[in-house]
Amino acid sequence: MDFLSEHQPEMLPGNRQLPPTQGVIEAPHGTTIVAVTFPGGVVLAGDRRATMGNIIAQRDIEKVFPADEYSAVGIAGTAGLAVEMVKLFQLELEHFEKVEGAQLSLEGKANRLSTMIRSNLGMAMQGLAVVPLFAGFDVDREKGRIFSYDVTGGRSEEHNFAATGSGSIFARGAMKKLFRDDLSEEQAATLVVQALYDAADDDSATGGPDVARRIYPIITVITEDGFRRLTEDEASGLSRAVLQRRLEEPDGPKAALL
Amino acid sequence: MSTPFYVSPQQAMADRAEYARKGIARGRSLVVLQYADGIVFVGENPSRALHKFSEIYDRIGFAAAGKYNEYENLRIGGVRYADLRGYTYDRDDVTARGLANVYAQTLGTIFSSAAEKPYEVELVVAEVGETPEGDQIYRLPHDGSIVDEHGSVAVGGNAEQISSFLDQRHQDGMSLAEALKLAVQALSRDTNGSEREIPAERLEVAVLDRTRPQKRKFKRVVGRQLSRLLEADGAATEAESSEDSEE
Repeated sequence: MDFLSEHQPEMLPGNRQLPPTQGVIEAPHGTTIVAVTFPGGVVLAGDRRATMGNIIAQRDIEKVFPADEYSAVGIAGTAGLAVEMVKLFQLELEHFEKVEGAQLSLEGKANRLSTMIRSNLGMAMQGLAVVPLFAGFDVDREKGRIFSYDVTGGRSEEHNFAATGSGSIFARGAMKKLFRDDLSEEQAATLVVQALYDAADDDSATGGPDVARRIYPIITVITEDGFRRLTEDEASGLSRAVLQRRLEEPDGPKAALL
Repeated sequence: MSTPFYVSPQQAMADRAEYARKGIARGRSLVVLQYADGIVFVGENPSRALHKFSEIYDRIGFAAAGKYNEYENLRIGGVRYADLRGYTYDRDDVTARGLANVYAQTLGTIFSSAAEKPYEVELVVAEVGETPEGDQIYRLPHDGSIVDEHGSVAVGGNAEQISSFLDQRHQDGMSLAEALKLAVQALSRDTNGSEREIPAERLEVAVLDRTRPQKRKFKRVVGRQLSRLLEADGAATEAESSEDSEE
C-alpha cells in the first residue's frame, strides 16, 4: 500500500477526488456479518443479500472473503468499495508475506485494516461507509479472535461473538442467548446460521436462507489448519436443519429464563 | 593535462562481463528441474533465513545465484511488479514471461550503463503450468539476455558442468524424489570431478507444485519431509509427497 501510494496513488480508494454530491448516493449495500469463536478457532459468516434503498440489488452476493491463510474478513456497507478494500487488503497481506518471508501477526493485520477503513472516511461521510468484521486464528496465542470496526477505523477486539451491518442488532441478541464457551465447530456454525436467521427475520435488508434458489449463507471456519469455506452442501445442510426446527418454533430455540 | 586511455567498447563490455561472471562463480550453484507435478528448485545454502528461492506470485518462482543484496533487490522488485499487475488486472495476467522481460530490461540497463557496476547475479524465473507442457523456465544471465530453458537449468559457480550432467540424465515425468536426488547428485560434483556429501540441513529445496489445491503453488520443502524424500525410493515417496501437498 505504501508502495502503491508512491507510484500509482490514484489506485488507492482513499485518494480519489469525489465530485460534490447532494443527498445519498444509491449503491448496493451489503448487510449482516456475524462471527463466533469456539475453542480451536472462529466462525465467520454472512448473509447473501445486497440492497439499494428498498430494492434488493443482489440475492447471492458474497461478503465473506479469506484475507490470507489464517484470517477472513466479512464486509457490511457499500459493496463496491468494500470488495475493493478487501482486494487491497488481501494483496497487502500476501505482499508482506512474500517480501518479508513471514506472516504479519493477527494484530498487525487488524491494524492494517483499520488504516484502510480510516482512509475511506471521506466516502463514509457521504454515505458510502464500509464496516468490516475481521476474524482470524492467532497462531501465537492459538485461539480464534474477532475484531470489529467503526467507520472512522476505530478497532476493538470482540470476545466470544460479534456482528456488523444492518441486521447486527438482532443477530447479536440471538448470539447472546445462544452462545456457550464450549461450542464445537459444527455447533458454532449452527449458531451463526441461527443468528443470521433472526437477523433476516427482523431486518428487511438481511436475506434469510433461500431454499427455492438454493442460496445459503456463506460460512467460513478458521482453525489452526487455516481458512476453510463450508461447501454448498454443508451450508445447505445446516440451513435446512435450522429451517426445519423453525417450522415448529418460528422464534428459534428458547434460552433458560433464569 | 593527461590524456585518458582509450578503451574500445568491445573491451569495456568484455571486462564488465568478466567481472560479473567472476562474481557469480564465487557463489554456490543451484538447479531448477521440471518433474511430473511441477518444478523443483534445489541449491546448497547453509543459511535458513537468507533464501535463494522464493515465491513471486501464484505460479511463479524465483531463483538467484550471485550477490545477495543485488538479487534480493531484484526479487522485491519482482514481487512488486507481480502484485501490482495482479491487482490492476487479474491474477491470471501475471506471467513469468512478463516478469522475465522486466528483469531482462533491468539487468540489461544496469549492465550497459557505464555509471553503474554490473550486477553479479544470474536469475531463474519459473512458472508452473496446468500440465508439464505449460511449464516455463527462463534463465537470465547478468547481461540482460533471456534464455528459454526446458527440463533442467543450472546457474552459479560451475553451472556449465552441472547443466551438462543434468542434460544427460534428466527425463520428463520424473517423480519429485527422483528429480531431487538427481539435483543433489549434480550439485555434489566438484569442479575436479570428485563427489562430496551435501547434508540435508545445507540444502534449500522449494517446489512449484501444480497439484496444490491453493492458488499459490510455491512451497518450501524442509525438515522431515525433505529427509524423507531424500532417503526413500521413488515409488515409496510418490504417495507421501502427494499426501504432504494436502497439508
